[in-house]
Amino acid sequence: MERVYLFTRFERLWHWAQAVLIIGMLVTGFEIHGTYKWLGFAQAHQVHTTIVWAFIALWVFAIFWHLTTGEWRQYIPTMKNIDKIVRFYAVGIFRGAPHPFKPTRERKHNPMQAQTYLGVTVVVTPLLWISGLAYLFYNELAAAGWGIPLATIALAHTIGAFMMLAFLIGHIYLGTTGHTPTAHFKAMVTGWDEAH
Amino acid sequence: MQVLRRVLVAIVAMGFLAGAGVAADDDAPPPKLLKSTADHSKFKELQRVFASGPEVTKACLSCHTEASKQLHQTQHWKWEYTNPTTQQKLGKKHVINNFCTSVSSNYKACASCHIGYGLKDEGFDFASEENVDCLVCHDSTGKYKKPSGFAGHPVTKDTEFPPGSGKIIRGIDLSAIAQKVGKTRRETCGTCHFYGGGGDAVKHGDLDSSLDNPDKALDVHMDAEGLNFSCATCHKTEGHQVPGSRYAPTAADREGAHLRGKADSSNPATCQACHGQAPHTGKAKLNDHTDKVACQTCHIPAFARGDMPTKMSWDWSTAGKRDANGKPLVVTNDDGHVTYNGIKGDFVLEENVKPEYVWFNGTVNYTLMGDPIDKSKQPIAINSFEGSAGDGKSLIWPVKFFRGKQPFDPINKTLVVTHLAGEDDTAYWKNMVWDKAVAEGMKTLHKPFSGKVDFIETTAMWPITHMVAPKDKALACNECHTKGGRLDKIEGIYIPGRDANRLVDTIGWLAAGGILAGVLIHGAIRALRRKH
Repeated sequence: MERVYLFTRFERLWHWAQAVLIIGMLVTGFEIHGTYKWLGFAQAHQVHTTIVWAFIALWVFAIFWHLTTGEWRQYIPTMKNIDKIVRFYAVGIFRGAPHPFKPTRERKHNPMQAQTYLGVTVVVTPLLWISGLAYLFYNELAAAGWGIPLATIALAHTIGAFMMLAFLIGHIYLGTTGHTPTAHFKAMVTGWDEAH
Repeated sequence: MQVLRRVLVAIVAMGFLAGAGVAADDDAPPPKLLKSTADHSKFKELQRVFASGPEVTKACLSCHTEASKQLHQTQHWKWEYTNPTTQQKLGKKHVINNFCTSVSSNYKACASCHIGYGLKDEGFDFASEENVDCLVCHDSTGKYKKPSGFAGHPVTKDTEFPPGSGKIIRGIDLSAIAQKVGKTRRETCGTCHFYGGGGDAVKHGDLDSSLDNPDKALDVHMDAEGLNFSCATCHKTEGHQVPGSRYAPTAADREGAHLRGKADSSNPATCQACHGQAPHTGKAKLNDHTDKVACQTCHIPAFARGDMPTKMSWDWSTAGKRDANGKPLVVTNDDGHVTYNGIKGDFVLEENVKPEYVWFNGTVNYTLMGDPIDKSKQPIAINSFEGSAGDGKSLIWPVKFFRGKQPFDPINKTLVVTHLAGEDDTAYWKNMVWDKAVAEGMKTLHKPFSGKVDFIETTAMWPITHMVAPKDKALACNECHTKGGRLDKIEGIYIPGRDANRLVDTIGWLAAGGILAGVLIHGAIRALRRKH
């Protein structure tokens, strides 16, 4: 069997830590939003703002890692062969067609995947970060002459949260589309991708 | 023998200990330091019999020569206040409330709470120095009383009152009281302020006699076993000018905490005057609230917490019922509190009341005598707090809404003054006839009265600012950060947990739900085809 070592130890740690933190943020965030009652507002708020600092710390390491290893290049967008990928998920996958993309150490993500991750990284995450920090420090912002209505800040943060939720659902599902439903999850745990 | 020996040993031992006590005389505690430089019982001016209040005041003024002049400048004396913002003439002399409605024509009773002697009608001499009542605020014995019906005078000789009733009001010894004067206490201020509206706890909701000796749970500052604040600790008074007013409250104090040596012109009675603008140490998010939410909103979770119910509404229109003996009917509830009185009507009493909340910028508008009112627009606001999210001056305040139904003139369309208290034929509490009582009340004010009396619903607002709970009893976040919470009706701000943009929520859930449905269908097809 052909095996490729796709995900280094740091990458896996980053991925799963981030998974836990993002799910924690979504769960507590939507409670703060008033969607349901579980922990209670005070507790949900406390967990949410505690997680955010862990998340920021994690990202400092992740950004450093991407820059120093050059792994950021994995996310350079390309439209090449993207039609084949789309066709695979729309039709081929039901017929047992082989996946048109073969991941390698140099190119871990198929074009559709890379584009999505890039979008999450440069659109959704900054939207959540900037609005979230503005949410946390809105009085200080106002004191500094950058008064933004809380409703506007919350609106941006909520839009970001829905985008992240949408991504999460799609991401988890696509995780089941390896050559076995658990193959991708195993790869993300061990680092080794077993080729189709 | 054995017993005798033990007794002897004990006596010797005691003698030894006593000797040791003498030997250690240098270590004895110093004599108790008196806070005051004067013992008023040693003053010859006070060692005499006083037949009346003014005689005591004259004695006081012989040393405190300027005191009455200071008092003359107070609302406590003038019962009159012109609001600098609205230019409305307020004060007890002018406002009409929805309790006993007005002091006019009822001075003899109401003046029990005037800091003077003899305010029985408009003829009172407000320039009189000897008619300032020193004792009502400075009594330390708790024995000083100004019974209703004497225009603010104490009774020094046993007196039958009302005349012919057989009820005796005991005379009090003014000399003993005058010799023990001291600083104001919770009880002295409370003599009037705890009993507003005609009885204990009736009016304010956050002021009642439970504050004479409160525990920490009732008031964290006044806690008799703890900080033991008096009223004047916060209402820090100079020259007898007591700061803090419900006619022109400081709704949003943006100043820092007062410091010794720093010239502070702001109201010293606000929370911020001691606690500043960022009082929650280590809890930055709580400090983020202080620009929108008054301290009182979170720190006074409920009023009337001292086992005394406060009056929440008063319906005068049902007054007039008599019992089988022809006496005014009185109905009490299980706790012994009156809920109906033939001379007053129906009451609703409540304890542990959650306040209502409003934006408040410190300006209060009153409906006064002569202001046109229209029954189709009831309830009429006896007073209303001005404020909004956007005016930059307002905070969200807790208030007691007091709902009433009171007499008015349906022809002239004005509120009316009713002559309630008195031994004459027109007083409502004596004869229970509205037309005569209102006619007499309006006559004393020289105001027109059509002769017709109808009843109109009214509301009054009282700021809630006392009975501050310990911090662990302050409101939890979810009390407001939820749908249908305490601040549900507050407009103009975004409250996380309460508010959401419906369009974004709808699109967001449709998108997330759509993707979920999509992947489930996709997965189901995969499973059915069993290929991948």
